[in-house]
Amino acid sequence: MLLLKCPYCGAKAEETEFSGGGEAHLSRQKSGSTDAGFAAYMFERRNPKGVILERWHHAYGCGKWFHAARSAVTLEVFGTYSVQALAPPKDIIAKIRARLPEWEEKK
Amino acid sequence: MFELSTAVELEGNGAVLVARHAPVGMVTLKAGLNRAISAALKQSTGAGVPPKRKIRKGIAWMAPDELLIFTESDPDALIRELDSRITAPALLADVSDARAVFTLKGRGVRDVLAKGAPIDLSPEAFGTDDFRRTRLGQVAVALWIPAPDEARLICLASVGQFVFDWLVNASQKDSLPDYFST
Repeated sequence: MLLLKCPYCGAKAEETEFSGGGEAHLSRQKSGSTDAGFAAYMFERRNPKGVILERWHHAYGCGKWFHAARSAVTLEVFGTYSVQALAPPKDIIAKIRARLPEWEEKK
Repeated sequence: MFELSTAVELEGNGAVLVARHAPVGMVTLKAGLNRAISAALKQSTGAGVPPKRKIRKGIAWMAPDELLIFTESDPDALIRELDSRITAPALLADVSDARAVFTLKGRGVRDVLAKGAPIDLSPEAFGTDDFRRTRLGQVAVALWIPAPDEARLICLASVGQFVFDWLVNASQKDSLPDYFST
């Protein structure tokens, strides 16, 4: 069971109160991009065994979207953060590094 | 506002009493919840913006930009009054007919709700002024527990019958684990 805390309403809840929104921090391909680049943006997702950054929607609660950093292996949640963020904030990166010192955010 | 004598549907044979109220006056306010909004609310209803996930004096915190105001007077009159006082962009809507309102009464109300809501309903974690939007079974609801043996719940009117039946089923006699009520 995955336990998340919504950064907007502050409610601690389990996974079934939320709905998953897939991989976070994708950059949209602009006009003039190649077909291969657009296909990669649309369909190709990383599936790392370890830390994943995801979008989540507090569907049954306050209705806001947010970001979460968690481990796909242990379900440990390193933290949740604002949906406007383009990358995980420093305090969450520090929490991840404290557990997994060799972790690097892949661009 | 939540008198059981005016309930439109009532089931009293289970472990707790389940009642569906006649439509209750409710106004949704969507806006940036700042001090100006709080002052306008205070002038109109006597209470300002409640803290996160709380219900105070009939005003419930729904989301960072949304409140639900319960009113005994005419919702349209309240909307007109608030509209004249609020200058910032805001949405006011009468949602009285869009929501179903329930009261549960009895010793086991926390046990009944805990059968379907994935939240901590212990008295320490969920007090009398806490307000929580969550799910019950598979539908979205909001609930609060204004007194030790009394719970109130709102959901969309379209799933009102489902929620009533769900609550009656979940509160059948001898079906409660007595986890919170012992």
